[in-house]
Amino acid sequence: MKITCTINGKTYSNDVETRLLLIHYLREVAQLTGSHVGCETSLCGACTVEVNGKAVKSCTMFAVQADGAKITTIEGLASNGTLHPLQEAFWNEHGLQCGFCTPGMIMASKQILERYPNPTEDEIRHGLAGNVCRCTGYQHIVNALKAAAAGARK
Amino acid sequence: MVPQKFEYAAPDSLKSVLQLLDAGAKPLAGGMSLIPMMKLRLAAPEQLVDLQKVKELSYIRESGNAIHIGAMTTHYEVETFPVLLRKCPLLAETAAEIGDLQVRNRGTIGGSVAHADPSADYPAALQALEAKLVLIGAQKERTVSAAEFFVDAFTTVLEPGEIVREVIVPAEELGTGTRYEKVVQPASGFAIVGVAVRVRRSAGKISFVRVGITGLSNHSYRATSAEATLAGTTGAAADVQNAAALVAEGIDANSDLHASANYRKHLASVHAARAITTAISRAS
Repeated sequence: MKITCTINGKTYSNDVETRLLLIHYLREVAQLTGSHVGCETSLCGACTVEVNGKAVKSCTMFAVQADGAKITTIEGLASNGTLHPLQEAFWNEHGLQCGFCTPGMIMASKQILERYPNPTEDEIRHGLAGNVCRCTGYQHIVNALKAAAAGARK
Repeated sequence: MVPQKFEYAAPDSLKSVLQLLDAGAKPLAGGMSLIPMMKLRLAAPEQLVDLQKVKELSYIRESGNAIHIGAMTTHYEVETFPVLLRKCPLLAETAAEIGDLQVRNRGTIGGSVAHADPSADYPAALQALEAKLVLIGAQKERTVSAAEFFVDAFTTVLEPGEIVREVIVPAEELGTGTRYEKVVQPASGFAIVGVAVRVRRSAGKISFVRVGITGLSNHSYRATSAEATLAGTTGAAADVQNAAALVAEGIDANSDLHASANYRKHLASVHAARAITTAISRAS
């Protein structure tokens, strides 16, 4: 089935199998390997991307469902070599260790800060409930969101 | 994990959807349950009809003393819609506890209730709210109560070719106190037990009480003996305990590696007491 979508501002048009998951479309067809495949069962959140402004788990969506959609992946956040404030904050606050969960963590965090520009710790932790970090780095991730929110308020 | 091959259509009108369903297609709403099942090949529909472009199924409208919610309304929309927050806060509070942020962005109320997972959150609230569900197929439309709708685990009164078109919940009378309490299974986000409560007081006594339970048995239900025990009392701590002790009465409770049947019943009573206490504190 032919689909056309915009990923990080660039238009992609491809003929795909209906059963192709969006995460595999992004990684294997669009060659954007920043979004990771963790559990592939919609539990871990490593594949989180933004589809039409909403954070979604791209392992639990078919590529054909994204026909006509505007998608942002982790590769779309930095512009002209300048990191997104969340990327800066994760770096500064040591919000990662191995980094495998980080693309999904940052894409979910982006949605949290859009909805709660000045989030409480509860709002951050409730918002990140669908993202798993196995280096047990949650405290630093929470700190990174707080730092990014504080930076945006300056 | 690769699902079996299937044909896919995403029409933008309900009429086209119903025609495809009549011809044997399986409906795809938010996909938060169906897609994982297809990936595990627990489900292998040959033809999928995606409802995401059907705008006439996505709305929240107040009409008289009821609020009508289109089947394709997402959990996030239910969680944040101002009319629901004001006039049916129980449903909004329940939606906020479903799955996680990403699931609430895509999952829909119609898809969730039609899937009828015995551990889903909405059914507890819909039982307590005495909600109505409008079902539509190519030939007819009918309305059933939440109590009639949920039949067994993953089983509802929906017939082949039929979908949930809308969910109707009451706009709460002023002074109603409500609460949804959940014991979450942290890996899946589902409810090991979930309790939804609505309470009204009049002249110092509990004049109205509804208790909906999910997760405990094969399908959600209203704990009517607990309701009858609480009604007419002052809602003191002992009254709440007496009522909460009855929520699992006569129920054949589920048992799995997360919670044995006895432990589930214990959790249901403990959390019913908490939910009732909070609901009473919110009633005025």
